[in-house]
Amino acid sequence: MRAVLTILHLTLHEAARRRILTATLIGAAAFLVLFGVGFHFMARHVHSEVGLSVLRQRLLLNFLTLAGLYATHFLTIMTAVLLPVDTLSGEIATGVVQTVASKPVHRSSIVLGKWLAFSIVAVSYFALVASGVLVVARVIGHFTPPGLAQGLPLMALEAVVFVSLSIAGGARLATVTNGIMAFGLYGIAFIGSWVEQVGALAGNLAAENVGTVASLIMPTEALWQRAAYHMQPTVMRDLHLTPFSPASLPTVATVWWAAAYALIALFLGVQGFRRRAL
Amino acid sequence: MTAPVIETRRLRKRFGDKLAVADLSVAVQPGEVFGFLGPNGAGKTTSLKMLLGLIAPTSGGGTLLGRPIGDRAARARVGFLPEHFRFQDWLTGRELLRFHGRLYGLSGHALDEKADALLRRVDLVDAADRAIKGYSKGMTQRVGLAQALLNDPLVVFLDEPTSGLDPLGRLLVRDVIHELKARGTSVFLNSHLLGEVEATCDRVVFVKQGRVVHELALGTEPSGLEVELRVDGARPEVLAAHGTLLASENGHARLRVEREGALPELAAALVHSGARLYSMTPHKRSLEATFLEVMGEDQRPG
Repeated sequence: MRAVLTILHLTLHEAARRRILTATLIGAAAFLVLFGVGFHFMARHVHSEVGLSVLRQRLLLNFLTLAGLYATHFLTIMTAVLLPVDTLSGEIATGVVQTVASKPVHRSSIVLGKWLAFSIVAVSYFALVASGVLVVARVIGHFTPPGLAQGLPLMALEAVVFVSLSIAGGARLATVTNGIMAFGLYGIAFIGSWVEQVGALAGNLAAENVGTVASLIMPTEALWQRAAYHMQPTVMRDLHLTPFSPASLPTVATVWWAAAYALIALFLGVQGFRRRAL
Repeated sequence: MTAPVIETRRLRKRFGDKLAVADLSVAVQPGEVFGFLGPNGAGKTTSLKMLLGLIAPTSGGGTLLGRPIGDRAARARVGFLPEHFRFQDWLTGRELLRFHGRLYGLSGHALDEKADALLRRVDLVDAADRAIKGYSKGMTQRVGLAQALLNDPLVVFLDEPTSGLDPLGRLLVRDVIHELKARGTSVFLNSHLLGEVEATCDRVVFVKQGRVVHELALGTEPSGLEVELRVDGARPEVLAAHGTLLASENGHARLRVEREGALPELAAALVHSGARLYSMTPHKRSLEATFLEVMGEDQRPG
């Protein structure tokens, strides 16, 4: 446990010093500024238009807030994959890991320490950007979407799933291969989820099944769909008014599968690293 | 006799088709400075990594401090400086030592004191609070040496510790090895720098294509001395009585004697026999000569 904390501490220290985190934060800040400007004009329009019912006002602002959160979801995935993508493979390639792994520590402690550190960084990043989106909505549009307590944890879980995947891949794969694999899985989840939604709207069972299989291969997009479902009012869900109103709601089992998926990835990462010649 | 600190039995490592280490069986005694000598690619680093648990052997086994190799607990009393030491270069020297100290289970005041003492020992006090990425190669190697000594190890593994160091840096490494030996610490030294090995090691093994091909104790003179003589009228039987006659013609003779003490006796016997002795030059057989002979011409590049 002590070794895990030592590695955790060092990894946080390292993450804070790396340019990639600064770059990601600058990207997030730019996104929030753009979102704020867009939200400002949209809110002014919504609030000034004569004859627009309060319900329609709220739906428009909810849609826009969900769009902001969808961008947050994407930025978080990028961060969760790219920050730890070379943490194991890079240290194996340069030999940095040799002096660490030859100490009286379990190899699993090295993986767990890094996993904890990057999970903390990725979830913190998500919390920061999501807070930014919600603050913009609150301050500029006087609007807060419903169901945040149900929705946001699911998005945080997405970050942990991608961190686990990226670290596990790094135990066996070279950095670039690992990054390609993680984004490939993201692509599968993305397209699978949309095929499922369109299939559900059209009543096509085969298309829906494609989505289900994709969710098994990579459950993160399903997490987003479920999170978005929570963070909108019933009327918006029922009428499928926006692309964020799922026609086929991912089940609670999908959430459990995502959590298990992260743990399995972490376990495979630990096993892969334990057997790896360093 | 005490138990060896390192013992391997037919340790073998295969990477695909390539046999990196073949049936390595060595024993290193407590307090011994053990040289592991061979050309590049002879399997030296792979052997060392197996002993440290960084690579799993394909077959065979061994013990490190009485525990099976790869065992985590044994590594608590082991220090390791890898070849081309690379690490978190955004840390300062002091931070690096603290980090590695914590991995050894040290903490608090004891760790700080140990780090300070080692920074003094490797002459890095002034640079201790600068980021390592600004260090010279020699400084990097020295801070690496310091991290290998944080835990007062019983065995230290040094993989080419002086490659790329200037003469002062080499001297420092040599001094540290002597200090370790004086303290009773065993040193496992991987090297292809023969002078380095000659100056520090008690015993060396020569490795070629993953096999130990020769073993040599350096404290003694196992192959004796070669003596060149310029002498007139030497009778062959007088020369042969004191050593092995290697060559003799036109007033020049080459002779191998067992020990230095044989030289005055040889001189006296020659003079006594009526020969006229002009000069007598003993040569120590260098490690380099042994190395080249053991490795054979095929190990020479190009």
